[in-house]
Amino acid sequence: MIEDQSSFTKRSRGSSLEGSIVKYIFLACASLSILTTLAILLTLSYQAYEFFKEISIIEFLTGTRWTPILKPRSYGVLPLVSGTLLVTVIAAMVAIPIGLSTAIFLSEYAPDWLRRIIKPILEVLAGIPTVVYGYFALTFVTPLLQVFLPDLIIFNALSAGIVMGVMIIPMVSSLSEDAMISVPRSLREGAYALGATRYEVSLRIVVPAALSGIIAAFIIAISRAIGETMLVTIAAGATPKLTFDPTESIQTMTAYIVQLALGEAPVGSLEYNTIFAVALVLFALTLFMNLLGFWIVTRFREEY
Amino acid sequence: MTSEIGQQVILSAQKLNVYYGEFNAVKDVDIDINQNSITALIGPSGCGKSTFLRCLNRMNDLIVGASVQGKVMFEGVDLYGGEIDATEIRSRIGMVFQKPNPFPKSIYQNIAWGLKVNGFKGNYDEAVERALNQAALWDEVKDRLNNSAFTLSGGQQQRLCIARALAVEPAVLLMDEPASALDPIATLAIEELIKQLKDHVTIVIVTHNMQQAARVSDETAFFMVGENRSGYLVEHDDTQKIFSNPSNTRTEEYITGRFS
Repeated sequence: MIEDQSSFTKRSRGSSLEGSIVKYIFLACASLSILTTLAILLTLSYQAYEFFKEISIIEFLTGTRWTPILKPRSYGVLPLVSGTLLVTVIAAMVAIPIGLSTAIFLSEYAPDWLRRIIKPILEVLAGIPTVVYGYFALTFVTPLLQVFLPDLIIFNALSAGIVMGVMIIPMVSSLSEDAMISVPRSLREGAYALGATRYEVSLRIVVPAALSGIIAAFIIAISRAIGETMLVTIAAGATPKLTFDPTESIQTMTAYIVQLALGEAPVGSLEYNTIFAVALVLFALTLFMNLLGFWIVTRFREEY
Repeated sequence: MTSEIGQQVILSAQKLNVYYGEFNAVKDVDIDINQNSITALIGPSGCGKSTFLRCLNRMNDLIVGASVQGKVMFEGVDLYGGEIDATEIRSRIGMVFQKPNPFPKSIYQNIAWGLKVNGFKGNYDEAVERALNQAALWDEVKDRLNNSAFTLSGGQQQRLCIARALAVEPAVLLMDEPASALDPIATLAIEELIKQLKDHVTIVIVTHNMQQAARVSDETAFFMVGENRSGYLVEHDDTQKIFSNPSNTRTEEYITGRFS
């Protein structure tokens, strides 16, 4: 007995050492992403601080003209924010209804063979490089829209927003479908057994039960739209303008950052530092979206 | 509804066969279910009793690859005849499942949901109270109707599911081992409830537990696994007769525990 016990303790000591090494490896990996985030935030804040030494935060946040490289210079970020929001709202209006409907179809209606065809196609859609979407918007969707809106200019928020919406459909649909598929079958059966139709089961049982996951999908997709760069750089224009008219040419925060980063602003100059001030706003916006998502998810959770 | 109790046939399966793909899961079942009676379906695992039960309100439609041949007559209509809407059937023939499956909603909404999808136009508060009373749950939950159904115990959840099914006033209630996930006390509560419900509704109950069949049912149908693993109906008679003097030796062997 005593021998048995000692060998038992020995072995468990060995494995606990192993266990703690493994634990630290995992911890290190987990820390990496946190440290990266902190490093980015620090860099942004430092450079933005340089910017805000010269331009007041109030002027930056409330100004309605953004002309940092043209005279008379003006540093109001609102036109860039409105440009980003405009494109994002259009994208969400396209992606949320279509993506959610796709998810409902795949999870509740589609026979197995059809799901096996559609899902890979959606994944291909998600894998297309954003630069391709940009040219698709510019050379296909915009001319198409001009058939209906003859006055539409080449670079416009509408076309970029629509294509951005198409781009994030797979994200909405695939994440929403995951949330819906994991709603237990027993709930569906309970509803069918009451004489509910497939439509009622889908919309009034499955979607509410999966709502927190579905909203999380929306938030992730919208955050993606806010941060998307290449598509809007190509198709939405380079004209910072405080407008909510989708037919106008605008500029998003991301597109501005690209424009400036590719330009000739000397490192450390005020123009150069605008990049970081704008990036900080972008960061704050996505952070806000995530917090909002978190709040909504906990508020609407239907546990099963 | 007010005819002599136990005399009128409400559901009748005729030469019923169920297939999962090629597999003949239930073979040639003929059975009459009397109105306002409790019929227990018993038999060893895999004998097709649950599968058969799910044919009676076309729940098998939801299983990919399942198909049914034969007839199920209900109120003079063949449930498997053309032009029959399965959702209409299920509001007349309700079902309670093995594991309690309340919706992730409030206690009140769990009952109201079924009423709503069935286009109920009356007073919801009264209907909810009536259903919860029928399921002997009202006194336990009347002060917390807006709490989540998941705050209830397992036995209460199952009674909530029964209340939910009763709320839409079905003619028949199918129960698929409704107490198998519950502790003995909750099981007894469910059994008491089932006996009381007989006045409102015809009950067909699948059970693994022979004592339960003997305790609650008026009639018992014994299913067996036959050739090629197909389930078939061996014997259907008054519960008393099945448990005291069955006609078939297989039935006797099963209820005396010689195989399970």
